[in-house]
This record gives sequence, structure tokens and C-alpha cells, in this order.
Amino acid sequence: MVCSFHVYTMEIKANDNDTSPDQQRKLANKKLGFKLLWIVAGSIAFSIALVPLYNVLCTLTGLNGKTKTTASEISNTKVDESRWVTVQFTSNVMPGLGWNFHPKQSSIRLHPGQIQTVLFEAKNITSQVVAGQAVPSVSPGVASIYFKKIECFCFVRQELQPGETKLMPLRFFVSPDLPSDVSEMTLSYAFFSADKQ
Amino acid sequence: MSTTTVAHHDEHADHPTGIMRWLTTTNHKDIGTMYLTFSLIMFLVGGCMILGIRAELFKPGLQLMNPDFFNQLIGVHALIMIFAALMPAATGFANWMIPLQIGAPDMALPRLNNWGFWLLPPSAILLTLPFTLALFGIGDGALATGWTFYPPLSVQGGIGVDFAIFAVHLLGISSVLGSINIIVTLFNMRAPGMTLMKMPLFAWGWLITAFLLIATIPVLAGAVTMLLTDRHFGTHFFDAAGGGDPIMFQHLFWFFGHPEVYILLLPVWGFIPQILQTFSRKPVYGYKAQVYSFWAIGALAVVVWAHHFFTAGLPVPALLYFMYSTMAISLPLAVLFFCWIKTMWKGSMSFETPMLFTVGWIILFGIGGLTGLVLADVAADAQYHNSYFVVAHFHYTLFAGGIMGIMAGVYYWLPKMTGHMYNEKLGKTHFWLTAISFNMTFIPQFFLGLAGMPRRIPDYALQFAEFNMISSISAFVLGLSQLLFVYIIITCIRGGKKATDQVWEGAEGLEWTLSSPPPYHSFAEQPVIK
Ligand code: HEM
Ligand SMILES: [Cu+2]
Repeated sequence: MVCSFHVYTMEIKANDNDTSPDQQRKLANKKLGFKLLWIVAGSIAFSIALVPLYNVLCTLTGLNGKTKTTASEISNTKVDESRWVTVQFTSNVMPGLGWNFHPKQSSIRLHPGQIQTVLFEAKNITSQVVAGQAVPSVSPGVASIYFKKIECFCFVRQELQPGETKLMPLRFFVSPDLPSDVSEMTLSYAFFSADKQ
Repeated sequence: MSTTTVAHHDEHADHPTGIMRWLTTTNHKDIGTMYLTFSLIMFLVGGCMILGIRAELFKPGLQLMNPDFFNQLIGVHALIMIFAALMPAATGFANWMIPLQIGAPDMALPRLNNWGFWLLPPSAILLTLPFTLALFGIGDGALATGWTFYPPLSVQGGIGVDFAIFAVHLLGISSVLGSINIIVTLFNMRAPGMTLMKMPLFAWGWLITAFLLIATIPVLAGAVTMLLTDRHFGTHFFDAAGGGDPIMFQHLFWFFGHPEVYILLLPVWGFIPQILQTFSRKPVYGYKAQVYSFWAIGALAVVVWAHHFFTAGLPVPALLYFMYSTMAISLPLAVLFFCWIKTMWKGSMSFETPMLFTVGWIILFGIGGLTGLVLADVAADAQYHNSYFVVAHFHYTLFAGGIMGIMAGVYYWLPKMTGHMYNEKLGKTHFWLTAISFNMTFIPQFFLGLAGMPRRIPDYALQFAEFNMISSISAFVLGLSQLLFVYIIITCIRGGKKATDQVWEGAEGLEWTLSSPPPYHSFAEQPVIK
């Protein structure tokens, strides 16, 4: 403390309706206590609101590499023949899904605006009928909103019979609005089990 | 744990005796004593857990435990040290000292205060119960995700995760109740004449901490609740397969987690200047600058969280923003360091145990802050993230900056609380043992981290063997030294030289105007501050 204290004991007040100061203070304390609960309520609400906020922010900006989960319109985009973009493909099978899953080709070179189809192969190596759900993500994250899927096996759950092998097509194009400093991107699929519960 | 603090005065203190006294008490000193006792016990429990870890890491290979148990010990150690040792110690001091320092008869909401404390033992039990259950074949042990609960591991984990989630809920409610109580006390119960800007810095530190707590604990509670629903009720907040995002958990967790580190330290930054003032026999330098720095740190604390996951793939603008904002925190921190040093400057200093701990604290906490700056550099962090460098960094801030600061406070206020002087010679021995073995434990971990040893892994490559061996041996010395601490406290409660009211020659402030120990009910008539 900067200041030194001079302590005096207050004169004992000689008033007898003494319920008031003490009780008043108790009341004031309770009131302030309840007011502070509003801050608590506010931050609970904030933590819940963060979920949609986060998702909106990510969809708008593609920050977390998520691409759209529905088909994009094929607008009459011009093919930009002056540029080349390389798209690489990788795949993962998450724990709990007894499948093999990999792209038929590891990368493709194309012009922005040009529509292409690539194939992925999935094989159910268990003896049961198994359903899976693929989740795509694009890196660098800034490129993800320019990656447009027209048709994708990731839009719906996929079901494979025991031992069945299936070729899964992806039709896509890269929007010509792609920032000029991006010439390469990676599309990664993680296949999750969709059988739970 | 019946104590001498209240035994021999105040005939008219008509409170129940025995266990009922402690269960029902609303007296701020009783509650403070319970918090501090609980904290000390949990400090020893958490310490035993980590000695298990250091024993396993004594040499390469798996000797003592399977990796799963190793992970459980690490996670529960951290949760116990943070929530059950460090936070309750600070709250214990708040209960004991804030009313005395601001001239209030008690805390503002005494009944709430009692609740706040009694939520703690059940949550400690919840945290550790899965260890015991596993012995009887129920479940597979405690939380094994580390204290950070990251999904997908925490979504897939066993019942230990559920127990930890409920423990965090209880701990959170307890801290929120405690914080509300402290804010109301500071706003409504100050002695006449004590304006906010005349409050002791300890009260200021706690005021900022309390606001940070009520603003961020609910976010943690929200995040772990979402984890719980992901685990059991089919939601997909953090499950990529269901359209969720595991990275979002990291945002939510660290939105709480980073402010939490300042929550742990602000109370310490509050009483350190008071100790410096006492043993330098000079007024605190830069009181206002320190208060404003507290505000600045409190505000910055909630906008820098993502420096804990620079490597998770954030976009470059976000990396830059979080890097610069994190580094900006070191500015108000530097102001504090300057004020601490200037308070000692040309003072007539003496080095009793509290002062030894405080001066040691300034140096060691300084190392913690500087290594934090290294980690705040995005490019450097790419290498150091998840390595032992981070472990060493946060032990310089949390063990030195937190626990050793608390120890300075214990030695400083123990004579006031018990009415007896502790054994000064043993106190000094405790300091040197602690300071040396602490450095010997954690300096090697900086080097291990620089050399690339990852944290939270039970086995390691041969080239890390020597440093790990030094670290393990020192950790055991550090752990055993704390038994001396316990011994000093117990003997001080039992007896010893009578402490004067002022205790320390240079001590100033309202708490030193009361008898040692203070009467059970103090300041029933509030003093007037001029
Ligand atoms: C200027 C001061 C500080 C800076 C710049 C700083 C910076 C950082 C950074 C960047 C990390 C993340 C490292 C990584 O995981 O790769 C980190 C981790 C950490 N810091 Fe600090 N820090 C500072 C002070 C503190 C203080 C005062 C405390 C505690 C009281 C603290 C406690 C922690 C903890 C507990 C972790 C690790 C959490 C975990 O991953 O388990 N830091 N710090
Ligand atoms: Cu942080």
C-alpha cells in the first residue's frame, strides 16, 4: 500500500433502531451477489453461442479447411486456361471403421473452372454390412471455399456389403476466383464409421 | 485440524465445536483455514502422483507402470495442482486476509462461503475415485487425456473422463461462488474511508482474478458439458464425422485456460509487493502503475488464447494476431517487475524466509515469463510445442510463480494466523532446498525440450537419459523438502515464540493492527481510514 493507515475505532453509535445499517448491508450484499450472477449467465450464454459463431466464421472464411457439404451449382464459369492448379488427394480411415479406402490417383492438374472427375476406392474388409461417412477438408484453409464439389460420395452415408468393393466418384472444379498465390491444394478425406448407436 | 487460531480467546464466540464447527462455520478465518489445509493436503497428493511419473522417467524403457496409468497420473496431477492446490490456497488467503486488510467484520456472503469450500472435497474425490474403482475392476481408471481434455481422445476415453467432467463442474461452481463473494466483499464491505485506490494490492489482484473467474469458468463448464453430450447423448460438437470440429474444443478450452494462468497468479502478484514493502522497509513503489497493469493483464488475458495451439493449422493472419497480442502481455508484466525491483531499491532489506521466497520468486518467475516469450514466437513454437520446453516453462510460472509465491505468503502470514513465530532456521533451509532442487528438476527439462523430447510420453530415446535422471533425482529431493514445509507449519500451529501484533518490523496495513492471532470476530466496529 502506498498510504499508511491511521486507524480509529468508530464511536459506538447510540441509536437503538440498529436493525437498519446491518440489515441494509446484508440486503445490499445479496443484491450485488445476484447481479454478478448475470455475468455468469452471460458467459454461459456466450460459450453456447460460440458454437454457431465458430461454425459460421469457418464456413464464411474456410478457416478450418471445411468444404461445403452440399453440391455446388455448375454456373457458367469460364475456364481460365492461363493457369494450372494441382490438387492432391489423401485419405484416412478413422478407428472403428473396418474399411480400406484410397484415391485411385494421387493428384491431378487442371485449369480453374474446368470440371473433373476422380475416383476413390473403398473396400469393406469385415464380414458385416458397414456404413461410413466421409468428411473432406482442404488445405491450405484459404483455398477451401474455392473448391467446389458438384457430386460427391461424401454428401451421404455410404453402405458396403461384407467384402464389397466400390468405386466412389467425386466431380468438382476449382473456382477461377482462387487467389493467385495458390497453385497447389490438398483434399483430404477422413472416413468415419456411421454405424454408432 | 483443530487449531490454535481461535482456541484461547473470544469466550463469546458461540459456535459449535468439533466437526460440526467446520461443517457449518461461516467465519471467514475458519473457512480460510479449511481452504489452506485442503490445499496443503492436495499439494502432497498431487506431488506423490508426479513422483510416480518421475520414477518411471528415471530411465528409458517402461519399468513401473503401463502407459495408460502414466497418462492418468499426468492428467490428474495437473488438475489437482491447479484446481485443488493452487486455487484453494489463493482463496484461503483471500478469506483470511481480505476482511482483515479492508477492515471488514467478515466476508459479505458467509453462508455462500461455506458452500464454496465444501464443494471442493467431493470434487477431489470425484477426480481420484476412478483410480480406486479400477482396482476393483470397475472402469479403466482416471482421465487419461492430460488436463486439457482434448477430443477425440476425451470422447473415446473411459469413465475417468466423466468423473473428471463432473469434478470440473463442481470446482467451477465453487470458484464462481467464491469469486462472487470476494467481489461483493470488496465492493460493499470496505472500511469507511478506504477507497478502491487505497485497497491493498492483494485485494486488487483478487478483484481482477474474481472477475476473470466468473467470466471464463462458465466457458470451461460449457465446453466440458458439450464433451459429455458428445460422449453420451449423440451430439457431434467435436466429432468431425458428425460435422463437428475437434479444434473448436481447443478454442473453448483455452478461452478459459489462458485467463486461468493469470487467475492463478494475480493474487500472488498482489501480496508480493506487500512482502517486499515489509522487508525493504519502504512503501510500495508504483501502486497505481501496478493496479493499472493488473487491469491490462486481465483484459489481455482473454484475447490471446490461441497461442496454445499455434500448430493446429490456424491461418497466417490469426497466427500473427495471437503472436503479437501474446507478446504484448509482457509489457504490463515488465511494469510489475520494474515496480517490484524498485520497491527493494535502496531499501534497508532483511532476508527472513518470506523475503527469501519473494526474491527467489522474482528471479524464477522472470525465467518463466521470458521462456513464455520464446514460445509466443510462432516460428519457434513450431519446434517447442508439446515438448518438455513447454513443461519447464509452465513449471517456472506455476511452481515458482505460483506455489513458491504462495509459500512466501504462508511464511509471511503464518505468525499472524497462528500467533506463533515459525522456526526461522528451518524456514530458510526449506527455501534453499526448494529453490535449488526446483531448478535442478526443471532446467534439464528445458534442454530436453530443445533436444526434442515430447511431453506426456512414458518412454524416451536413449540420448535423453542423463537429463531425465538428473531431473528425476531432483524431483524427489524437491518432493521430500516439502515434508519439511509441513513440519514447520504444524510446529508453528502447536507453539513457538509468541508473535507480536505487527510481527514484522516493517509491516504496514490493517491486518497488522490486530492481535496475533486475531480475535475470532474482528472489526465488528469498522476502523475509519484517513
Ligand atoms: C509473458 C508471459 C507469458 C507468455 C508470453 C507465455 C506464452 C506461452 C505459450 C506461447 C504457451 C504455449 C506453448 C505450447 O504449448 O507450444 C504457453 C504455455 C503455457 N503457459 Fe505460458 N506464457 C506466459 C506466462 C505464463 C504464466 C504467467 C503462466 C502461469 C501462471 C503460464 C502458464 C502456462 C501453461 C500452464 C502452459 C501450458 C499449458 C499446457 O499445454 O498444458 N504462462 N505459454
Ligand atoms: Cu496461455
